[in-house]
Amino acid sequence: MTNDTQLAPKPAASAPSTRSLPAVLKQVPWRSVAIVAPFLAVFIALAIGSPAFLSAQNIGNVLDRQSGILIVAAAATLVLIAGGIDLSVGATYMFTAVICGTIIVRVGGEAGAALGIIVGILAGLVVGLINGIISTYLKINPLIATLAMSFIILGATKLVSQFGKEGIGQIRVDFPEFRWLALTKPLGISLPTWIAFIVIVILGIVLWRTTFGRYVYAAGGNAEAARLAGIRVDGVRIATFAIAGTAAGLAGVIDLARTPSAPENDAIATTLTFTVLAGIVVGGTSILGGEGAIWRTVLGILFIAMLYNGFTLLRIDPLFQGIALGVIILVAVGFDAWSKFRRR
Amino acid sequence: MPETATADAPQLLVELRGVGKSFNGLPVLADIDLTLEPGTVHALVGENGAGKSTLSKIISGVYSADTGQLLINGQEASFGSPREALAQGIATIAQELALVPELTVAENVFLGSEPRTLGWINRKKLRAAYAAIAESTGFDLPGDAVVGGLRTADQQKVEIMRALARGASLIIMDEPTAALSAHDTELLHGVVRRLAASGRTVLLISHFLGEVLELSDSVTILRDGRHIRTAQAADETESTLIESMLGRTLGSVFPDKTPHRADGEVVLSVRDLVAPGVYGVSFDVRAGEIVGLAGLVGAGRSEIAHAVFGAAPRNAGTVAIDGAETPNTIAGSLKRGIFLIPESRKDQGLVLGRPIRDNVTLSNMGQVAPRGWVSSGVERKASRTMLDRVTVAGDDRRAVSALSGGNQQKVLFGRALQGSRRLLIADEPTRGVDVGSRRAIYDLIVEQAQQGIGVLVISSDVEEVLGLAHRVLVIRSGQIVGEFAGDQLTEENIITAAFADPITNESQ
Repeated sequence: MTNDTQLAPKPAASAPSTRSLPAVLKQVPWRSVAIVAPFLAVFIALAIGSPAFLSAQNIGNVLDRQSGILIVAAAATLVLIAGGIDLSVGATYMFTAVICGTIIVRVGGEAGAALGIIVGILAGLVVGLINGIISTYLKINPLIATLAMSFIILGATKLVSQFGKEGIGQIRVDFPEFRWLALTKPLGISLPTWIAFIVIVILGIVLWRTTFGRYVYAAGGNAEAARLAGIRVDGVRIATFAIAGTAAGLAGVIDLARTPSAPENDAIATTLTFTVLAGIVVGGTSILGGEGAIWRTVLGILFIAMLYNGFTLLRIDPLFQGIALGVIILVAVGFDAWSKFRRR
Repeated sequence: MPETATADAPQLLVELRGVGKSFNGLPVLADIDLTLEPGTVHALVGENGAGKSTLSKIISGVYSADTGQLLINGQEASFGSPREALAQGIATIAQELALVPELTVAENVFLGSEPRTLGWINRKKLRAAYAAIAESTGFDLPGDAVVGGLRTADQQKVEIMRALARGASLIIMDEPTAALSAHDTELLHGVVRRLAASGRTVLLISHFLGEVLELSDSVTILRDGRHIRTAQAADETESTLIESMLGRTLGSVFPDKTPHRADGEVVLSVRDLVAPGVYGVSFDVRAGEIVGLAGLVGAGRSEIAHAVFGAAPRNAGTVAIDGAETPNTIAGSLKRGIFLIPESRKDQGLVLGRPIRDNVTLSNMGQVAPRGWVSSGVERKASRTMLDRVTVAGDDRRAVSALSGGNQQKVLFGRALQGSRRLLIADEPTRGVDVGSRRAIYDLIVEQAQQGIGVLVISSDVEEVLGLAHRVLVIRSGQIVGEFAGDQLTEENIITAAFADPITNESQ
């Protein structure tokens, strides 16, 4: 790797290049494309190793199944860049699915489906706002605040679900009025995939091209400097939490339509949160805030999904999936820490 | 071990021979020769940045010297850490006390060296050992009091006893009385004398020259990292010390002063301002006027700036721009045309991981991004315009961390140039800036004033304040203690006001 020379600050802008590398290569922000190389490597390896991988059906399936998690991860990237962290996205995701399902079961028909979708997403927004407020104005460390919130939400989920099911079992919402959300395929691509795509593009542009996006980077990069520059850092952070909560709500609703039963297993919530964080970190967004990008998170999440998919296709013991993912996260975070150190 | 606290402490002769130290290629100490005789109080004086702290940190093992030798009892020593220095009997009582507030006095004194029985702390021995130390120092402090509830002066006593408990023979005190009341200062002076009388050496770093003359046996004056002289304190006076601490002429680093109109309109009007660290401050700044805020580090200059800027809560008083009171928020101040270039570029000014362009436009997104949408073309043009005015060349998409200190400071000036500004506050504008870029920054400050903007310059460098300001306010303990303009605007007046002894002042 030639990264080490690239990561160090250039001594002076006008200084003539003493390295033999072409100027074009010097312009490449190596750190931000670090995820691309392993992503392509695994993609190509799988395409060669397993003929089933590259089929339109397999790719479509992977994307469809990842749509919910991609939405959550894209939004949670904003939280991390702004200097926070949200451990409650998984719980929120389950909570909103149960709320949505309960309303659909109770109200029924098209009205029930519409109401369920709206209330589900709004519930996510409310949770996000609470997360934001307690971790800024109440000055509770966001890691602890959202950890505590996720326990509260998981409890609330069980409370709500009692109203949505008859006897034991899960809330089932196998109604066409609702399931069109997951089953429609405009232009041959599933609606959840489209929604995920649109959310990613919108959030990506927000971060890249809006004042709010600038403030998100500044709040996470140097909160005191941002404050003295006139930015309401707390407000910016609350907004990122609210966006993450809303996204978790949207993802919960979409996945409910896809499955179509509301999950009620704390492990699902935990796994979702962990996978989201893993994807963000593997993508190269700094856990310390101030740096990162949505598209990198997308590649990070798809990288993990591809790895899992590849293990399945190649019939490798799933036990190795966790080990491989853990090693990859350590490498990614280690690279992040190392590249920060290099800049000092 | 309580034995070490008795009157016949081990004596330690510490000598420096030709010691020098540089940071990032900038020499902060050069060719220092110094002998610290056991049983004496040796004072170290000099302006901010003269090298006092660096020198004391070399002795206490925080830094190691680049050149020269450190001799302990004639043996060459080289400390890799403060722990190694402590093992030789050298301890520092820092300005920031390093005590565990939840533990008791005795526990703090013996922290890390508690008398143990089978791994358990032996309370009885601890009490006995504490009693021995307390007696030897004459401190009247209950060993079972919780340290967090003590006054600062008493906490310092705990620090001193801790140093003694570890067998310290040379005790370095950095501004020990800066946070003390007059009464506690007297008590501490007694302690210092007793330490010297017991054969220990005290290296005293103090800005209070009266204290220095009263307490110390010998005085070493540093200036710009060089050893000016070491003399008997009895042979010195405050004015001889000040003379030697300054001892230089104003260079041509400063732009010519253009007189401002004395009857210019009042831009900033501060009345009876009370805020954290600010205790009742009133002053005006007129259009085109450069007002300097001088004083020692920690005197409350930055606190005044932050309170004016709306970055700190205002407890009382008013801040008005063009006669209209400003809201106590940063956003409100920016809107009214106040801009602050903060003291620390890295911690308070720049978002180092972001491009230069983002940093320049950060406070002015409203103009660069109408309706919240950043137009790349508009932003590029705005950023380029500002950077040209502050003479920063090159691609502004580079990370701002890649720039030199001087250019980083210019980026902050660039940020301040936008909008309808009325008052510019520059806090330590040339700290860590190379000499070449200094002039450019001074020119920017003067240029702002010439355009009819009120300017407040805060600096620990008296020369800088004198070179720039039309009028200087001297700050001490959060209050204005002197105002100088015209003929009265001299280094001596400023330094005298800034250094004036708090005790004599109280009695006046």
